[in-house]
Amino acid sequence: MLHFAYLIPLFPLGGFAVLLAFGRRIGNPVAGWIATVAVGAAFAMSVVVLVSLFAHAPDARLFTQNWFTWFRVDRLSVVVGLRVDPLSVTMALFVTGVSALIHLYSIGYMEHDEDFAKFFCYLNLFVFSMLMLVLSSNLLVTFFGWEGVGVCSYLLVAFWFRRPAAASAGKKAMIYNRIGDAGFLVALFLVFERTGSLNYSTVFARLGQVSKANLVAIVLLLFLGAVGKSAQIPLFPWLADAMEGPTPVSALIHAATMVTAGVYLMCRINPILHAVPVAGHVVAWVGVVTALVAATIGCAQTDIKKVLAYSTVSQLGYMFLAAGTGAYVAAIFLMLAHAFYKALLFLSAGSVIHALDGEQDLKKMGSLRAFMPVTAVTFFVGWLSIAGVPPFSGFWAKSDVLENAWAVSPALWAIGAVTAILTAYYMGREFFLVFMGDPRWEGARPGGEAPRDPGWVMGVPLVVLAACSFLGLFIDLPFHPTWSFLERWLQPVVGASVAVHHFGVTELWGFGLADVAFALVGIAVAAAVWRVAVNRPALEPRVLVMAWFVDWSYDRFVARPGAAISAFASSVVDTRVIDGAVEGVARIVRSTGERLRRVQSGYVRTYALTIVGGVVIIVAYLVTRAGS
Amino acid sequence: MTIDGSWYLTLAAVLFTIGAVGVLVRRNVLVMFMCIELMLNAANLTFVTFSRELNDIGGQVAVFFVLVVAAAEVVVGLGIIVAIFRRKVGATADDPHELRG
Amino acid sequence: MAGPLLATVSLPDLATFLIAAAIVIGGALGVVLGRNPVHAALSLVLTLFGVAVLFVEENAQFLAAVQIIVYTGAIVVLFLFVIMLLGVDRQERVLADQFRGQHLVAGVLGLLVLAEVLLLGTGHWATGARATTGALNRPLSNVAQLGRAIFTTYLLPFEITSALLVVAVVAAVVLARRFDRSFGGDAGPTPEETADVPDGDEATGR
Repeated sequence: MLHFAYLIPLFPLGGFAVLLAFGRRIGNPVAGWIATVAVGAAFAMSVVVLVSLFAHAPDARLFTQNWFTWFRVDRLSVVVGLRVDPLSVTMALFVTGVSALIHLYSIGYMEHDEDFAKFFCYLNLFVFSMLMLVLSSNLLVTFFGWEGVGVCSYLLVAFWFRRPAAASAGKKAMIYNRIGDAGFLVALFLVFERTGSLNYSTVFARLGQVSKANLVAIVLLLFLGAVGKSAQIPLFPWLADAMEGPTPVSALIHAATMVTAGVYLMCRINPILHAVPVAGHVVAWVGVVTALVAATIGCAQTDIKKVLAYSTVSQLGYMFLAAGTGAYVAAIFLMLAHAFYKALLFLSAGSVIHALDGEQDLKKMGSLRAFMPVTAVTFFVGWLSIAGVPPFSGFWAKSDVLENAWAVSPALWAIGAVTAILTAYYMGREFFLVFMGDPRWEGARPGGEAPRDPGWVMGVPLVVLAACSFLGLFIDLPFHPTWSFLERWLQPVVGASVAVHHFGVTELWGFGLADVAFALVGIAVAAAVWRVAVNRPALEPRVLVMAWFVDWSYDRFVARPGAAISAFASSVVDTRVIDGAVEGVARIVRSTGERLRRVQSGYVRTYALTIVGGVVIIVAYLVTRAGS
Repeated sequence: MTIDGSWYLTLAAVLFTIGAVGVLVRRNVLVMFMCIELMLNAANLTFVTFSRELNDIGGQVAVFFVLVVAAAEVVVGLGIIVAIFRRKVGATADDPHELRG
Repeated sequence: MAGPLLATVSLPDLATFLIAAAIVIGGALGVVLGRNPVHAALSLVLTLFGVAVLFVEENAQFLAAVQIIVYTGAIVVLFLFVIMLLGVDRQERVLADQFRGQHLVAGVLGLLVLAEVLLLGTGHWATGARATTGALNRPLSNVAQLGRAIFTTYLLPFEITSALLVVAVVAAVVLARRFDRSFGGDAGPTPEETADVPDGDEATGR
C-alpha cells in the first residue's frame, strides 16, 4: 500500500484544480465541502501509509518513490519524488489532519464571504505545497514546497485585498520570507557543490567529505531560511501583521503548519546538525531568545489574534531550542502539541470574533463565558495546554524541551523557564479579558442580540482539537521506554543524532514539578491582576506594545532609506543620467549632422575641389609606399 | 631606338594636371566636360605606355573599354546638361545649387 | 643631353614625339584657357589628334584609329551640337570667380598632382607581372591581338559595355525629351524658371 503514497499530495492538488476551474460556479458551500473532502482523503491516505510503514521493521522504514526527472543539467539531476519515513509521515498526518478540521471550520466561518470558493482553492493549494515540502526526497523539491507555502501565505493573508492593511501585510510576509529564502538557496548551492547531490539520502551519506566549516555554513544558511519562514529573531515582524488574514488562515498557516516548516527542516537535516554542534548552539540560542522576547511582547498586546501570533513565535522559539540542543524528538512532540492547541486557540478566537461580528480588541470583550460556553471551555483547554499544566500534552512536550536544554546549558533552561511563566501569564490575561469580567461589548452591538456559540460546522473542529490537546499526552510519555512512542517511532530518522541524557528519577521529578510550578505561578499572577481589571498601563508598557520597536526600526532604518534610494534612482538616475545619456547620444548625432551638412554647399565646383584634394592625399600615400 | 616610356608618362601627367585644373577653374559646363575628356585621354596614354613596357595587350584592352565608356558617359552627361540648362541662357555650373545640405 | 639621346633614339621618332607632344599640350591649354566654348572644342580636337599620333608611335594602331573615329569624330561633334543647341557661345570671364581662393587652391592642387604623378612615373615600382598570353611581340597584327584578348579573356566586360551603350542611348532619348504637353506639366527641367520662356519650340534658349 505504500506505493499509493503519491495520492497524499495529489488529492489536494486535484481539489485545487477543480476549484480553480469551476469554483465560482460550484459556489458556497459545496466548494468548501469539496476542499474538505480532498484534504480528508489525503489524511486517510496518510493513515494508510502510516499503517503500512508500521508493518515494516524499524530499520526498514524508508520508502522512496520517484515520480519523474525534473531537470538534468551537467552533474545535477533533480528527481521529483517522495520520501516516506517516520518523520515525513508524522508531518503529513498532522498537516492533513489539522487542515481537514480547519477546512471544515472555514465552511462556517467564511459563509458570508463573496470569494468563498477562492478561499478554499488557495487552502488546497497550500496543503499541496506543504505536503510536497514534508514528503519530498530532495532539497530542491522541499524548496519548491517552501516557496509554494510562501506564495499561499501571501495569497491568503492578503485575501481581503481591498483592505490596504491586508494587502501590505501579505507583501510583508512575502518579503520577510524571501530574505530567508535567499539563505536557503545559497545553502542549496553549497550542498550541491560539496556533495554533488541534493537528495537527502545521498547528501547524508556523503557528509564525511564536507569540511566542518562548510557544514556549519550550510546549517546556518538553512537556519536563515527557517528564521524567515518560522518568524524568529530578527525576521519575526511579519507574523503579527499576517493576522490581517482570515482566522482559519492564521490557525492553519501561522500556527500549525507553515511556520513549523522551519523546525521540520532543522529536524530533517539532523545528521548535519549532529556533525557540527556549534551550529546547533546558535540555533538554540536564537530560538530561546526569540521565545523570551516574543513572550514579553505578548503580555502587552490588545488584539486577540496578535497575542496568539506572538505566542506562536515564542513556542517556535522553544522548538528551535529543542532542535538546536539535539532534542529532535522533543521538538517534533512540541510541534504536534503546539499544532493542536494553537489551532484550537485560534479557532476559538475566531469563533469569538465571528460571534462579535468582527471585533478583535480585547478591551472590548468580556464575560463571554456565560454566552459561549463551548468556546470558553475549548479556549480554557488550549490555555492550560500551552501553559504547561499536566495532564495536557503541552506540559509533557515543554518539559522534554526544558530538560534537554538544562543538559546543554543551565542558562538556556533558565531563559526557557522565565518564558514558561510569561506564557502562562499572558494566555491567562487573554482568557480573563475575553471570557470573564464585565461584558464590555454590550453597547456596541446594534441588534442587542447576544453572542452565541457557533454551529456544528465550526464547533466540531473545536471539540476535536481540544480532545487532541488532551490526548496528545499519550504520544510520548517519559515514564517508561515502551510509552515513549514518538521517540521509538522517530528513531530511524533522528536516532543517530539525538542527544541522549540520562537523568535520574529524582531529577525527572524535579523538572516536572518545576514546570508545574512555573505554570501555576503564571496562572496565579494573571488571575490576580486581570480577573477584575481591564487596564493596567504599568503592565502594558509602550515598548512591549510596539514589540520592542523592532518593526519601527526596520521601517526607519531599512525601508525608508530604501524608498529614498529608489525615489532618487527614479527621479535622478533614471531621468537625468540614463535618459540623459540616451538622449545625449541622439543630440550629439543630430548636432554633428547639423554641422556636417554645411559641407554640402550645392556648388559642383567645390565638390570637385574636394575630390581632387582627396586624390592628392591618396596618391601621396601611394607615393610614400612606393619605396621606389 | 624608341622613346623611353617615362617621357610618355610625363606628358600624360602634364596633360592630366591641365585637365584637372581646368575642371576646377572653368564655370562653363561644357568646357568642364571637355577638361574631363582631357583627363581621360591622359589616362589612356598612360595605359598604352605601360602596355608597351610590360608587353601586355591588357593595357590596350583597358583603353578600348575606357573609350567605350567615355562615349556612353558623354552621351548621358550631355543629355543631362541639355535637360538642366536648356531654359536658362548663359547658365554656369554654379547655378544649380539647390541640392545642398 | 641631346648627344647620348640621339645615340639611342632615331630622329624621326624623336621629332614625331616632340611635335605630337607640343600639339597635345597646346590643345590642352587651349581648352582650359579658351573663352569661347567653340574654340575650346576645336582645341580639344587638336589634343585628340596628338594623342592619336602618340598611339601610333606606341604601336597601338587600332586604338589610334578608334580614337579618331569615336572621340574626334563622334564625341567632339556631340559637344559642338550641344554648344549650338544651348547657345552657350557667349564669352565667359575666366579669371573672375565667385569664390575667392578657388583659383589658388586649384593651382596648388594641380601642382601637387603633377609632382605626385611624376614621382610615381619615374620610379620602377609599378611593374606588374609580365603576361605571357598577351605578349605584344607575337607575330600577329595589333588588331588581331586586341581582338583575341577582348573576345576570350575580357569577354564579360565587353558584353557589359555593350549593354551600357544601349542604356546610354535610352537615357539620352529620355533626357532630351520635352515634357510639356504629353505628360501634363510638372517635369520642368530647370528649377530656376523664368516666367517668359517660350515652351514647346526648338528653343535655342534665347
